[in-house]
Amino acid sequence: MGELAAFTILAAVTLLPAVVVVTSRNLVRAAMSLIPSFLGVTGLFVLLQAEFVAGIQILIYAGAIAVLILFVIMLTQGGTGTAVRQTNEQRVVGALAAAALTTALLALLLRTAWPLAAGALPRANVAAVGSAFLTTFVLAFEISSVVLLVSLVGALVIARREQ
Amino acid sequence: MTVGLNHYLAVSALLFGLGLYGILTRRNAVAILMGIELMLNAANINLVAFNRYVAPVALAGHVFALVIITLAACEAAVGLALVMAVYRNLETVHVDEINLLKW
Repeated sequence: MGELAAFTILAAVTLLPAVVVVTSRNLVRAAMSLIPSFLGVTGLFVLLQAEFVAGIQILIYAGAIAVLILFVIMLTQGGTGTAVRQTNEQRVVGALAAAALTTALLALLLRTAWPLAAGALPRANVAAVGSAFLTTFVLAFEISSVVLLVSLVGALVIARREQ
Repeated sequence: MTVGLNHYLAVSALLFGLGLYGILTRRNAVAILMGIELMLNAANINLVAFNRYVAPVALAGHVFALVIITLAACEAAVGLALVMAVYRNLETVHVDEINLLKW
């Protein structure tokens, strides 16, 4: 019962700000609404016993990415963007396409009989995630670190003012 | 009634649909990137929920989610750098006005 209540609240905290993100005419408001949406997803991760993923979600999504997006909105012309039209001419078609895909996804996901397994995650699984990264998934770990380095250099080169 | 896998799948499908709506209808490139972030979050919810309910002993879903968060950070950094470069050259961030390859 308590879990269901927590889930309902967290789902609302995730989805309602997400509606503001995609519909608000004010870009700063849309970017600020990303933060409660990310925090709601964080709560869902905690509910799923993924503590480490939840911590990283707060650090990177709610901390870094949201601030980065706000910076770029401030640096580009228009500021909050309320003076100009924010949606293109395909608003109705886009809404229909998104609704169709969501319906298809819901029908597909909820009708499939998933091979559910009983059992619980190991308690305090941060250490287990760390050792999984450095044993089974060490290739993915190394490749993602290289990708991080490349995108860091690439972002600097692209954003640099040309001489 | 307890919370099951289907609850999480429903939330993530709705979040994915909202992100897709944002991507399809927004003109501002930064707002399109926000829609992409929502869709990546929906994928992460799915991965962690499947880890919890389908394979609770393995931690592969957590590892996948962490790699996706890393790649989302890369994508945001490079994407926003591109937006800044485009804005400096063309004085606009609206994707329907960016229709020239060179001039």
